[in-house]
Amino acid sequence: MDDLLAARLQMAISLAFHIIFAVIGIAMPLMMVIAEWFWLRTGEEAYLMLTKRWAKGTAILFAVGAVSGTVLSFELGLLWPNFMGWAGSIIGMPFSLEGFAFFTEAIFLGIYLYGWQRVSPRMHILAGVLIALSGAASGIFVVIANAWMNTPTGFRLAEGRPVDIDPIAAMLNPAAFSQALHMILAAYAATGFAVAGIHAFLLLRDHRNLFHRRALSIALVIGGITAILQPLSGDILARTVARNQPVKLAAFEGQFRTESGAPLRIGGIPDVEAGITRYALEIPYGLSLLAFHDPRATVKGLDAVPRDQWPPVKVVHIAFQIMVAAGFAMMGVALWGGWLLWRQRAFFDSPWFLRAVTAATPLGFIAIEAGWIVTEVGRQPWIIYGIMRTAEAVTPMPGLKIPFIMFTLLYLFLATVVTWLLLHQVRESPRVVESNPQEQPRDNEYITT
Amino acid sequence: MSILPLEVILAGVMMISLTLYALMGGADYGGGVWDLLAWGPRAKAQRELIAEAIGPIWEANHVWLILVIVVLFTGFPLAFAVIATALHIPLTLMLLGIVLRGSAFAFRTYGTKEDRTQRRWGRVFSIASLVTPLLLGTVLGAIASGQIRPKDRWVVTDFVRPWLAPFPLAVGLFALVLFAFLAAVYLTLETEDPELQEDFRRRALASAFVVGPVALLVFLLSGTGAPLIRRGLSESWWTWPLQLSTAVFATGAILALWTRRFHMARFCAAGQITLILWGWGVAQFPYLIVPDITVFNAAAPAITLRLLLAALGSGALILFPSFYYLYRIFKGQTAFKTLKDQSK
Ligand code: HDD
Ligand code: HEM
Ligand code: HEM
Repeated sequence: MDDLLAARLQMAISLAFHIIFAVIGIAMPLMMVIAEWFWLRTGEEAYLMLTKRWAKGTAILFAVGAVSGTVLSFELGLLWPNFMGWAGSIIGMPFSLEGFAFFTEAIFLGIYLYGWQRVSPRMHILAGVLIALSGAASGIFVVIANAWMNTPTGFRLAEGRPVDIDPIAAMLNPAAFSQALHMILAAYAATGFAVAGIHAFLLLRDHRNLFHRRALSIALVIGGITAILQPLSGDILARTVARNQPVKLAAFEGQFRTESGAPLRIGGIPDVEAGITRYALEIPYGLSLLAFHDPRATVKGLDAVPRDQWPPVKVVHIAFQIMVAAGFAMMGVALWGGWLLWRQRAFFDSPWFLRAVTAATPLGFIAIEAGWIVTEVGRQPWIIYGIMRTAEAVTPMPGLKIPFIMFTLLYLFLATVVTWLLLHQVRESPRVVESNPQEQPRDNEYITT
Repeated sequence: MSILPLEVILAGVMMISLTLYALMGGADYGGGVWDLLAWGPRAKAQRELIAEAIGPIWEANHVWLILVIVVLFTGFPLAFAVIATALHIPLTLMLLGIVLRGSAFAFRTYGTKEDRTQRRWGRVFSIASLVTPLLLGTVLGAIASGQIRPKDRWVVTDFVRPWLAPFPLAVGLFALVLFAFLAAVYLTLETEDPELQEDFRRRALASAFVVGPVALLVFLLSGTGAPLIRRGLSESWWTWPLQLSTAVFATGAILALWTRRFHMARFCAAGQITLILWGWGVAQFPYLIVPDITVFNAAAPAITLRLLLAALGSGALILFPSFYYLYRIFKGQTAFKTLKDQSK
């Protein structure tokens, strides 16, 4: 393994690990706040328990998210010093703003988690709202920085160096809005579905438990609405890519030749040597229609640029198919849930629906990981699209295999521990049954803390 | 408009964040050290006190470090690139420490309450708390040592020699004992229990007496290890006022501990550490990395600096009240007691 590959893999592992916690840190506070709001409104014990349970899970995940994020801020320099030296003054702004979002988030999380007895109920829920807002803000800011790597603006090139820098214009780059929108929706959709899936699974075994019913409803409403919007925002994003990164779009679609009236390929395996995508289901004119809203539009193929500027087509195409498939599956489940509501039936009255929700538990996270592979591998060989190659950005430090292996092992270990802790928590989830209000929940340790 | 150049203001902001990180985050690491060294009949109570004291605040305290990094790579990208390249190894090790410290602490707090698991995470937490400040100090020492020499733009020659040397390592040790000292002083104010308070008073006094010799060691090694800092600290017009007031604060802290005036002790200890950091910072000025990279030749274009300062200014308007609120809620009885007493 050469050093460049090790650096890319270390970056990929670190980001793939961090994104899970980041996404939960964006969406979980919103669900906590909603549960707490219902608790304040209805006084129903199940909501309070739910709030505290969710808060406890969030606390573990937030800590891991914070430290893995710290690793990333350093890794930008440790692995890509030439990139940061070149671009730091252009895209430092969103990172700085993100810093303040982190502060707000961490401060009010401390208050939220440890302050049940110390602040008024109203202040407590306000702290929750501030966490939810600043979590979303950090996500938006960091994605803006990433969008700049895709569509760099806000500077002029002079002999290979950036001049006339305009950090505001850099933040308003063409991909910023659509990428941030898609990411934020993804955070709510993925977390909502994951949480709903866990509670649906438990409801299948303990149908009357109010705790799980309340949890399912909140999570599913959040996850469902965003999952229905997600393909729409994906379409907006795909058209942004079509305009600004045609080669990347070609890799998404396995489009080797430039053609007008290009078909949409569903599935299939790109054969890079032969320059065709095999076994795909082709919908005539589909791609031209989707990408440019015109069935005759010309879609650039990979052949539009020299071979050394192609991203790894196979990886990108397959990851894209996985994301889109997961997206449509989630949308399907969400629409089913909407239909149940429309028919005035409760979610938990349909065991088949509960099974579908259970099956959808990991889909959002799979889509997120796949989506980032699409974005990041699809940008290769560029670290700044069309401007700087990843190979030029890497540190001269030798032996990068070692930190790569170290961080991989560390993250595997942490992932195992976190999973174990969360499973433990799920196994101990409380029981509240409606028909018999006297029956005490099995464990009420969190009501008093 | 402004009297000082933007670069200098921004460097000042970095120094302020670094100082706040040392005063707040540093004490959290020090807490971990005392967790490791907890002994005697009240060892368990000591550990619980430490966990309670840092639980609600460590994540917020930690963001000061992120702020330093972000300001560095936005305002002085070249310096960030060179530091991250040359000090790849200690920085990576420090990151491992940061990750393990934070996650182990969360796992211990929120994990199963079984004793054995608790102890295991406690051990990881405390060892990581010991290693991280050591490496942080080493990195600062290496930056000041004059051994990091960029060639052309960013290329650096040696990845080990600049930091694996007596002076940087001594600075690492210095950071560690200072943080432990600070934590012990703070902890005297975290408990009502006179015995626990006494435990930490004794620890604070003991570490105060270690700080002195280690400081001397750093100073002696700086002669060859970091000549520029040495000259700054011993030959400038401000040398004597600075050394004198640091000494006053250091003695003040010891006297206050001795006589159990813990609020006073905390004030003096914090003052002592602030003066040490700023003495160093001023001695190193204008170098970000001695001897080639200065705040001037590494600075981003003026527009970036202006925007960054504007963002920092407006961020501070949200940040400081929030921090005050956080500390008032959890440290209300201790942190703001003196204030309240005075305003009565
Ligand atoms: C719950 C997660 C999720 C779901 C269901 C989808 N996506 Fe997605 N997608 C992401 C989560 C995601 C992501 C992880 O958040 C990415 C990576 C970068 C980004 O901004 O969003 C992404 C990237 C991404 C990109 C690449 C943008 C770029 O390279 O700059 C496109 C074109 C789409 N998506 C399009 C879609 C379409 C057409 C979907 C239809 C169902 C879809 N996504 C579902
Ligand atoms: C958190 C979700 C993200 C994931 C899962 C992710 C994934 C990846 C992957 C797989 C690579 C390796 C690509 C390759 O070399 O083939 C990569 C590279 C990289 N990513 Fe991301 N990325 C994410 C977000 C971001 C963001 C928000 C930024 C910056 C603001 C960013 C900056 C980088 C950089 C600098 C590289 C290395 C250079 C390169 O390979 O082009 N990433 N990422
Ligand atoms: C799309 C990608 C990303 C998203 C959506 C995201 C979002 C978040 C969120 C919501 C948090 C709060 C902590 C938590 O809830 O777990 C967080 C933490 C953090 N992230 Fe990320 N992040 C992303 C990628 C990155 C990258 C590329 C970097 C660094 C370059 C980074 C740096 C950090 C840091 C330093 C923290 C810790 C803040 C603290 O101490 O509270 N993140 N991120």
